[in-house]
Amino acid sequence: MIEFDARAYDRPESQTASPLVKLDGLKTYYPIRKGLLGRVRGHVKAVDDVSLDIREGETLGLVGESGCGKSTIGRTILRLEESTGGQIVYKGENITRYSTSKMRPLRTEMQMIFQDPFSSLNPWMRVKDILKEPMLAHGKATASTADAEVDRLLDAVGIPRSYKDRYVHEFSGGQRQRIGIARALSLNPKFIVCDEPVSALDVSIQAQVLNLLKALQKELGLTYLFIAHGLGAVKYISTRIAVMYLGKVVEIGTKEQIFRNPKHPYTQILLNAYPVPNPHLRGREKMVVQGDVPSPTAPPSGCRFHTRCPFAQERCRQEEPPLTADSLGDGHAAACHFTL
Amino acid sequence: MNDLLEVDGIQTVFRTERGEVTSVDGVSFRLKAGETLGIVGESGCGKSVTSLSIMRLLGKNGSIRRGEIRLNGRSITGLAESAMRQIRGSEVSMIFQDPMTSLNPVFTIGSQLIESISLHLKLKNKEARLHAIDMLRKVGISRPEEIMDEYPHKLSGGMRQRVMIAIALSCKPKLLIADEPTTALDVTIQAQILDLMKKLREETGTAIMLITHDLGVVAEMADRVIVMYAGQIVEEADVFTLFDKPLHPYTTGLMGSIPHLDADEEETLASIPGTVPPLQQMPSGCRFHTRCPLAGEKCMSESPPLLELAEGHYVRCWAAQGHMELSPTESSSMELSLPQTKGAMT
Repeated sequence: MIEFDARAYDRPESQTASPLVKLDGLKTYYPIRKGLLGRVRGHVKAVDDVSLDIREGETLGLVGESGCGKSTIGRTILRLEESTGGQIVYKGENITRYSTSKMRPLRTEMQMIFQDPFSSLNPWMRVKDILKEPMLAHGKATASTADAEVDRLLDAVGIPRSYKDRYVHEFSGGQRQRIGIARALSLNPKFIVCDEPVSALDVSIQAQVLNLLKALQKELGLTYLFIAHGLGAVKYISTRIAVMYLGKVVEIGTKEQIFRNPKHPYTQILLNAYPVPNPHLRGREKMVVQGDVPSPTAPPSGCRFHTRCPFAQERCRQEEPPLTADSLGDGHAAACHFTL
Repeated sequence: MNDLLEVDGIQTVFRTERGEVTSVDGVSFRLKAGETLGIVGESGCGKSVTSLSIMRLLGKNGSIRRGEIRLNGRSITGLAESAMRQIRGSEVSMIFQDPMTSLNPVFTIGSQLIESISLHLKLKNKEARLHAIDMLRKVGISRPEEIMDEYPHKLSGGMRQRVMIAIALSCKPKLLIADEPTTALDVTIQAQILDLMKKLREETGTAIMLITHDLGVVAEMADRVIVMYAGQIVEEADVFTLFDKPLHPYTTGLMGSIPHLDADEEETLASIPGTVPPLQQMPSGCRFHTRCPLAGEKCMSESPPLLELAEGHYVRCWAAQGHMELSPTESSSMELSLPQTKGAMT
């Protein structure tokens, strides 16, 4: 019934697929200005030397606690934040320093779904206008064809067509998130950054939206960067997962590798800290880390996790462990001197 | 031994521009000293209003229309505001979801702690300060003397929640109401705070009413659990029974919709179709029938009672109570569920 572009190619095997997005030593720093003259007195190193591939057709989950830089990575890839160093390569092209006009055609292919469905949709616009605007702006539809496109998009995300004249305040959180997804789909994107798309929703609604995202990916061959702090959602939707701590990727691997065989102490602690919905397991041994995440303005020397790591040794305080691709085999890598 | 808290059929209503809405309808439960009761449900189910009703923090437009709340056998529903002030913070205290907004930004941590200590414990300034420092140390804050003179913006979210807990426990309350105490925190900090609450519960014997939407947190902390939907209790059981043998389709649906970390590849998550109905337009009959896969004729017209089906296990569902044949009927409001979405796209 509904036909999107003839882009429903076969989903390639994720192991062999070429990267759609490649990050090479990406850095995004925010300057801290102080004093009368507003001199730069330091930097918040939100993303500090991150290299990773996002393969065509896969979902790369990006997890970590608040302030670890996961959202900044998503925004930097879409060029919503300016990077300080390193490269962003999209489909083989280095887009790191593309001008606004050169980025413009690419913007149709790279879209974003935001966390808060209450503030990311314009309250003064009707649903149909929210969905039409990007299509008209990018010449993907004309005034006469846009209405049919709106119906198609609403069908795809499960919002009744009859609701298209309504304003966003008339919808529940889950429905608004569906509208946000429809807007992201309106330009037939290839790559979508999902920035905590279900964190603001109720549990039963989260499942609806996750199922929808998964179904759409299958249907349209989309590639997702799925940013979240909720491990359950990430595990459910991701092909591969990267764990971040203080601006760095500390472990990356397939979903099975990360959840069955985590090698970095931080990954283990993160998995362990997650409260399990099973009261029979409440007495289990838990690794609880002490203290808070250090400030990203002055990250600890050596391994950034050493201040909270139960296994830290002298070497960890001095020498920064590198994240060497494939260091543990089968695409699994962890940045730790003493991998578990 | 008497129950510490008895809530008997309370109905809490709010006056709004569009008429009166009932957000809590006929909620009853009991809480023993030292016990932890979890209250679970989605936003708008009335779990927070239930706790605010106990504290009588309902604002100008809210009131308890029916029912009674007894604390240590004494009815507090009819108490004057001045008498309620004696109870709040000393016998019953509360911690809130958002530690960023529940501390006053223009006062130091110390003065906020000392305020309730000198008010309720009638301690002199110096003693109150020592007690405050002691409390901060108890909740695991290092350098408590220095933190006393800091303002809230200097502290991280986890630290602020620790300070909130210190304030809440400083007057040795018999009941602590924790409304989503860890929702705004990161997982590793959440684990620290839950650990702290467990430790303090052991030391002080405080009863805890834990309000949360996170079934993981409930499984970790609670002795007994109440599941609320649309202002009513739909299921109540001890924590093991509830997770092992949930009987209400809403409880089952909630449990099915969380992705488990240890489960194998799941293709599709079970999800509850539709959304919680607005308070102004409560469905007739069972309030869950518009989203329920088991809903039948009886559910649309008659409201099921909350019955004890096994010892201590209460359920509000016609199907679980064996009153109807289990023939799932198509419900009109299922139109937003995923199968249709998928169908529309192929």
